[in-house]
Amino acid sequence: MAQPLGYLKESASQTAGPYVHIGCTPNFTGIHGVYDKDLGSGSLVNDQTRGERITIRGQVIDGAGTPLKDALVEIWQADADGLYNSPSETRGKADPNFFGWARCPGDMDTGEFVFETIKPGRLPFRDGRLMAPHVTFWIVARGINLGLNTRMYFSDEEQANAEDPILARIEHRVRVPTLIGKREGNEVRFDIHLQGDKETIFFDI
Amino acid sequence: MRNAPPETTPFFARDRDMHPPAYTPWYKTTVLRSPQRALISLEGTKSEITGPVFGHNILNESDNDLIVNYAKPGEGPIGQRILVHGRVLDERGIGVAGALVEFWQANAGGRYRHKKETYLAPLDPNFGGFGRTVTDEDGYYWFKTIKPGPYPWPNGVNDWRPAHIHFSVFGHGFAQRLVTQMYFEGDPLIWICPIVKTIPDEEAIKRLIAPLDMNNTIPHDMRAYKFDIVLRGRRSTLFENRKEGN
Ligand SMILES: [Fe+3]
Repeated sequence: MAQPLGYLKESASQTAGPYVHIGCTPNFTGIHGVYDKDLGSGSLVNDQTRGERITIRGQVIDGAGTPLKDALVEIWQADADGLYNSPSETRGKADPNFFGWARCPGDMDTGEFVFETIKPGRLPFRDGRLMAPHVTFWIVARGINLGLNTRMYFSDEEQANAEDPILARIEHRVRVPTLIGKREGNEVRFDIHLQGDKETIFFDI
Repeated sequence: MRNAPPETTPFFARDRDMHPPAYTPWYKTTVLRSPQRALISLEGTKSEITGPVFGHNILNESDNDLIVNYAKPGEGPIGQRILVHGRVLDERGIGVAGALVEFWQANAGGRYRHKKETYLAPLDPNFGGFGRTVTDEDGYYWFKTIKPGPYPWPNGVNDWRPAHIHFSVFGHGFAQRLVTQMYFEGDPLIWICPIVKTIPDEEAIKRLIAPLDMNNTIPHDMRAYKFDIVLRGRRSTLFENRKEGN
């Protein structure tokens, strides 16, 4: 026998269920008067936010090709200079006009999520190499037992993507495009496939 | 909000034996919503170590009182009045200060206030069924509510959810993001629920069951249930010999 390490165990995840919107986006589901606005709703940018304006749109799609209409998607991203608006950011002070986090329920008819944001800057991997611009995604829904983590990279960043240390380690190169948001003008399309030939790469972060 | 300097180290690797796998066919909705391929491991970069932190200033006065936050003046919801309280800790046992905790639940009859909810139990006109709070400097949180009822759900022909409260928790890093559910001590439905049974580890299930806490009841008013939530721990700064990005 040895000394006990004494660590606790992380609480087990449970599905967010079909009614996650009651708790996280009540106004979206028609329950008004308790919160002024849903947390994380609306545009991430204001007039003073630095950076290139983009709109990210997509759907979360199940193994039968059907878009989820009850998913909740959250994003977390760096500012235009690659800095996070977080107490754990050590490299500098992020743009005070960019919080970097938002959540969006899928549209009740189409399942589409939309984020009005900016394109993030590059930031270093743990060994100092630069990662390509990316947005972190977290997806919960009924039937998802543990929230799914993925990243969206940008199709107009071929050079940076080629140098990205995370993308570089993906053995099955045919899967890399599942992490690339397709940019046309200021619109970036990023569909998340839970299963099938186009199954998105999810990360154990 | 807290005196300790912000922590900047990566999180402990997630112990996935404590969590449900994605594919649990007895909970039918997982069949088409579970990724089939192995996850790709991604040790913490700044993108995972950092996360949004919310201040107490986002809160309205009664956000942590579901008994009043939707009720008409002078009225209140039907049901057993309870106080739910506990701490948000990390795996080191350290209280997580300033953690945003959101919760939602069915009413005393087991009915949710949602457009797509079809259960025949009635809506309670004085119960919205959701609230939120931010933990104090020691990681404590509490809220008042009424005890939710169990409800049947479309899975098997006779599947019932035990009484439960849904929780969404933000720690200090996005990798700590967690959604879970709290169950109530003594509920026989816990052990036959297909969603509870997605968790492979019996001890991990027990850690989601809140015990009755008679020391913290409010006499002649409400009983208390104690529910601690554990988020992922962080590596010690002592061992951080690599400065990120420098
Ligand atoms: Fe529920």
